Amino acid sequence: MADTASNDAFVEFERVQKSYDGETLVVKDLNLTMPKGEFLTMLGPSGSGKTTCLMMLAGFETATHGDIRLGGESINGIPPHKRGIGMVFQNYALFPHMTIAENLAFPLEVRKLGKAEREEKVKRALDMVEMGDFGGRRPAQLSGGQQQRIALARALVFEPELVLMDEPLGALDKQLREKMQFEITHLAHRLGITTVYVTHDQTEALTMSDRVAVFDDGRIQQLAPPDKLYESPENSFVAQFIGENNTLEGVIKEIKGNTCVVELDDGEIIDAVPVNVSNVGDRTRVSIRPERVEYNADRLDPEAHTLKAEVLEFIYMGDIFRTRLRVAGNDEFIIKTRNAPDQVRLKPGEHIKIGWLPEDCRALDA
Amino acid sequence: MSDTTQEPMLAADGRPLKQSLARALRRQKLRALMLIAPLLIFVMVTFIIPILSMLFRSVENEIVSNTLPHTVVALQEWDSSTGEAPDENVFRHLYFDLFKASEAKEHTKLGTRLNYERTGLSSVFRTTGRRLDDMGSDFQDPLEDINENFKEGAFWYEMLSGEGGEELLESRRALWARLTGESMAGDIGFTPSPQMADMLPWATRAYTDFAIWTVIDDQDVVAEEDPWEAVYAGLAQDLQSEQTQTEIAAYDGPGAQALKDAVANLDQLPEVNFKAAFIDAKEDWGTTDLWSTMQVFSSNYTTGYFLNAVDLELTPEGVQAKPENQQIYMQLFMRTLWMALVITGACILLGYPVAWLLANLPMRTANTLMILVLLPFWTSLLVRTSAWKVLLQQQGVINDILVWLGFVGDANRLILMNNATGTIIAMTHILLPFMILPLYSVMKTIPPSYLRAAKSLGATNWTAFWRVYFPQSVPGIGAGSILVFILAIGYYITPEIVGGTSGIFISNRIAYHISSSLNWGLAAALGTILLVVVLVLYWAYDKIVGIDNVKLGG
Ligand SMILES: Nc1ncnc2c1ncn2[C@@H]1O[C@H](COP(=O)(O)OP(=O)(O)OP(=O)(O)O)[C@@H](O)[C@H]1O
Ligand SMILES: [Mg+2]
Repeated sequence: MADTASNDAFVEFERVQKSYDGETLVVKDLNLTMPKGEFLTMLGPSGSGKTTCLMMLAGFETATHGDIRLGGESINGIPPHKRGIGMVFQNYALFPHMTIAENLAFPLEVRKLGKAEREEKVKRALDMVEMGDFGGRRPAQLSGGQQQRIALARALVFEPELVLMDEPLGALDKQLREKMQFEITHLAHRLGITTVYVTHDQTEALTMSDRVAVFDDGRIQQLAPPDKLYESPENSFVAQFIGENNTLEGVIKEIKGNTCVVELDDGEIIDAVPVNVSNVGDRTRVSIRPERVEYNADRLDPEAHTLKAEVLEFIYMGDIFRTRLRVAGNDEFIIKTRNAPDQVRLKPGEHIKIGWLPEDCRALDA
Repeated sequence: MSDTTQEPMLAADGRPLKQSLARALRRQKLRALMLIAPLLIFVMVTFIIPILSMLFRSVENEIVSNTLPHTVVALQEWDSSTGEAPDENVFRHLYFDLFKASEAKEHTKLGTRLNYERTGLSSVFRTTGRRLDDMGSDFQDPLEDINENFKEGAFWYEMLSGEGGEELLESRRALWARLTGESMAGDIGFTPSPQMADMLPWATRAYTDFAIWTVIDDQDVVAEEDPWEAVYAGLAQDLQSEQTQTEIAAYDGPGAQALKDAVANLDQLPEVNFKAAFIDAKEDWGTTDLWSTMQVFSSNYTTGYFLNAVDLELTPEGVQAKPENQQIYMQLFMRTLWMALVITGACILLGYPVAWLLANLPMRTANTLMILVLLPFWTSLLVRTSAWKVLLQQQGVINDILVWLGFVGDANRLILMNNATGTIIAMTHILLPFMILPLYSVMKTIPPSYLRAAKSLGATNWTAFWRVYFPQSVPGIGAGSILVFILAIGYYITPEIVGGTSGIFISNRIAYHISSSLNWGLAAALGTILLVVVLVLYWAYDKIVGIDNVKLGG
């Protein structure tokens, strides 16, 4: 689903820019294409412009430049209430003076549906989120998770083709959040709804989405399915932002095809995959995932380069061990190993050798 | 499960949990009460007590029985339906009561009080008061001719003083105290003789009254002062009685000779007829109207003020509507309520958009706007109202502009002042902040995401506002309306200045009765009715809208 041709594009951002104050661009040159039925997550640090993009799509903000298209038609001039986009807000925005059933009936009422049809759809929507018995209550009488579900039901009850969710799970505790993540993705896929989901929780982004757009500084840094994002980050921002990551700094010594040789700042030599480096002599940041680092001598590839390391800290975390090392002058080099019966537990002060497969080590921009 | 609900839960010390909880809460409540005690006392003293005193004043009517204690008792026998003025006995009491009152200058106050119920009574009391001395002198001169001793203050003192008359003295002193509202305590240097009180009851009583007043109020010595004319009138009255005449014949104490001379020369005294004397002084005393008014208002408490306040009056025939041309208060109440409603409505219409702007504009602009809203609070109310005078006059700014723009002709400039229009315009402006502020503070708490949510659900701007935003701002409207309405209903300065006659409120009438006509009882009754009306409306509001639905902020 990754590279969809733009002819079956459902949502399109083309060269969209946005400035609130006329001085700084909050969104810089946004290009994004979504096919129907996709679950796309916008992930990024605070202030990176995610909500702004969502608001432009929903029609509450106008793009300063560029074109936003929905189903092939430009929606720049269409007012929000005619766009037919369902929306779940961060604080749910359930109307406090209406009951749950009235809240759900609201979008149907303004669409002038008959009473019977309305009641039927409200009931179906409530059942869908397993809140059938709560129709008579007020939003204030529900727990956070229940309100969240109602907000979702309300955004879906009028059967929009596109649903936008802005950090809908931000206010929930971890367990409920995980349960709701599952329910939302499940529902979205079952109903075939196109979803744009905003979060700054990367686990949420990875577990829920078909594709993730990583935002920073008003730009999409990488747009890819979760596995690709995690395993093949295209720049050091994405590598740092998604998951835990070890970086080592150095200079490119040699590039040949799919591999390159990097000389680290302390003189050691390692192999890596060149990603966005092009010239010998460029500075680079080499990125290795903690769980891809190997230190069992008999499992190390004899041909690969190895590095000397000193164990600084060993943390027992139940399912995994987390060990902090000093590697090439970096005191924050983390490795993660599975808690298995035959696994060696390292002790602080121990000197070991570590290594990895060359394809797990990516040379990125500095 | 079931036995835990039946057996009371026990706390750690073995007491029932409920009891322990109640004790703990009680201690907390007591501490809280002590914290607010200073405020509570302040509120009691400055707020509740004045209101209670106002409630009391609206029914209190002791002035009649305090001023004319004996007359009021004697008058009870009288039947107004006979169409005749009361008999001599009532007039006799009236003379001595009124004489006392006029010495203490209290009779005009009574006249003023009764004048509220029947116009003209004030002047009756004033005119009569001036004639009381003459009525007594009619007897004083012949008595002094009969025996020189009657001229001497010391002679009277010696004749009437004795031992054992404390009871009479104290009862007279108590009446003085009721009349003047002061304690009248202190040593008189005179005790009436009980023997004389039997033989010459009217003279002794009048002399005792004279003695108390001379010592306590004038701070003179009784024996050195010539008695009041009323004492001579009292003696003349006493001498009419045959029993007194026989007792005097047997009497040989101080002044016996003078008294015997007086009895012997009784024919030299003019006829004792107080009724004729009063009617001669002012012929109204011969009418039943005056007396029936007195009789109706002789009790210590009266509904008269309240009846007056709703355009009714208390007559000997019962409660009746006032004559058409004197009915003003009901109309004034209605007008006050109606205009307060109109002002509240105008404040909602004008205040709502302003509050909305305040709540939705960027901080800096909103702050500037807020200052403009609050600016009126920094200006004296009088100045603001006077400014409206300048604007609203026929030759004022508004009319000038309208004429200049050609909307109205120069000949028929609008009358915007000295009528209800002026009051409504000026008061709407003055009370507007009281609507805007609660509205603003409620609107400030409505997150903009509600409107966005409504629009994303397909509502047009208007539907989103009307179905989602407006219902949530209703508590602010409620709070603002209650504030504005209650303030408006009791407003005084603005209607007084720009209201003319057709634009004044009931409070202007209350103020008039407090400061000009000095009819505090009626003012209190009007005020009480206003208070009750406000409470009833508040109750109705609570029933209809629910007072929980009123929010002054967050
Ligand atoms: N109404 C506004 N007026 C001016 N600047 C704004 C406005 N809304 C957002 N911004 C600015 O635009 C930038 C992007 O904001 P946006 O709300 O899109 O961030 P975000 O990615 O949603 O962040 P978060 O994860 O914290 O919600 C921020 O620097 C913010 O200060
Ligand atoms: Mg945001």
